[in-house]
Amino acid sequence: MNVGRVAGNLVSTVKDPGLEGHRILLVRPLNGREKPFWALDAVGAGAGEVVLYCRQREASYAFHPDFVPCDACVVGIVDELDEVLP
Amino acid sequence: MRLGRVVGTVVSTRKDPKLVGLKLLVVGTLSPELVADGGYEVAVDTVQAGFGDLVIMCTGSSARMTERTKDAPVDATIVGVVDTVNLD
Amino acid sequence: MKLARVVGTVVATQKFPKYEGLKFLQVQPLDLEKQPRGLPFTAIDMVDAGEGDDVLVCLEGQSAVDAVGLGENPVDAVIMGVVDAVQFVPPRRDNPWTRG
Repeated sequence: MNVGRVAGNLVSTVKDPGLEGHRILLVRPLNGREKPFWALDAVGAGAGEVVLYCRQREASYAFHPDFVPCDACVVGIVDELDEVLP
Repeated sequence: MRLGRVVGTVVSTRKDPKLVGLKLLVVGTLSPELVADGGYEVAVDTVQAGFGDLVIMCTGSSARMTERTKDAPVDATIVGVVDTVNLD
Repeated sequence: MKLARVVGTVVATQKFPKYEGLKFLQVQPLDLEKQPRGLPFTAIDMVDAGEGDDVLVCLEGQSAVDAVGLGENPVDAVIMGVVDAVQFVPPRRDNPWTRG
């Protein structure tokens, strides 16, 4: 898990039924080392917000017991962060 | 999850029985700005994507979390055809 | 899954007990032009591939373990298919893959 900033979103009509009703966000990790990636939104995060994300298979557990094909997931909106943000 | 462009297909006759019936597409991977990063994945298609489509892929063990690829030995699955991308 | 070419065999007499009977091949990852790209690695062969064959390699732990089908087994790369043909449109320098 780590923190990143929401930098965009995408719209897809034809998709796996498991993705139905979920938003897909572009997350730019704040550590600057990881590349930006696309993640499913589990908490209703919006553009520009600093969020907590989780990657790998465990990300899909955010939607448990739904069967969701997801390898990255936004799991929290960060209120405060004791670190200098770039 | 990663974005990619469908650029081709892979044909394989001799393969794992659990892969029989699955459509394998070559997906050129793209950065969020939709610029090719030079990489590719051979991915299973579950959404009837076509040549040239902009798609979103799920990689790693989550690739098995669709009805079609459940328990199939795959590591990349196309889970959606992308209509629009908005970057802030 | 990635494309790779079988470049050799690996023989190990003393090995993890559950590996007994499995065939290990050394594979060289390929790009779409079938040119070598990256470093060779070892994969377990489930489709009777031979040296020089172009193959599909699955690089995900649980999928690889399931493909071998012997229960919990330390496996992370498995040859899942022999490639007959790859059809693709080569990227253009001015517009690399970004438009169909």
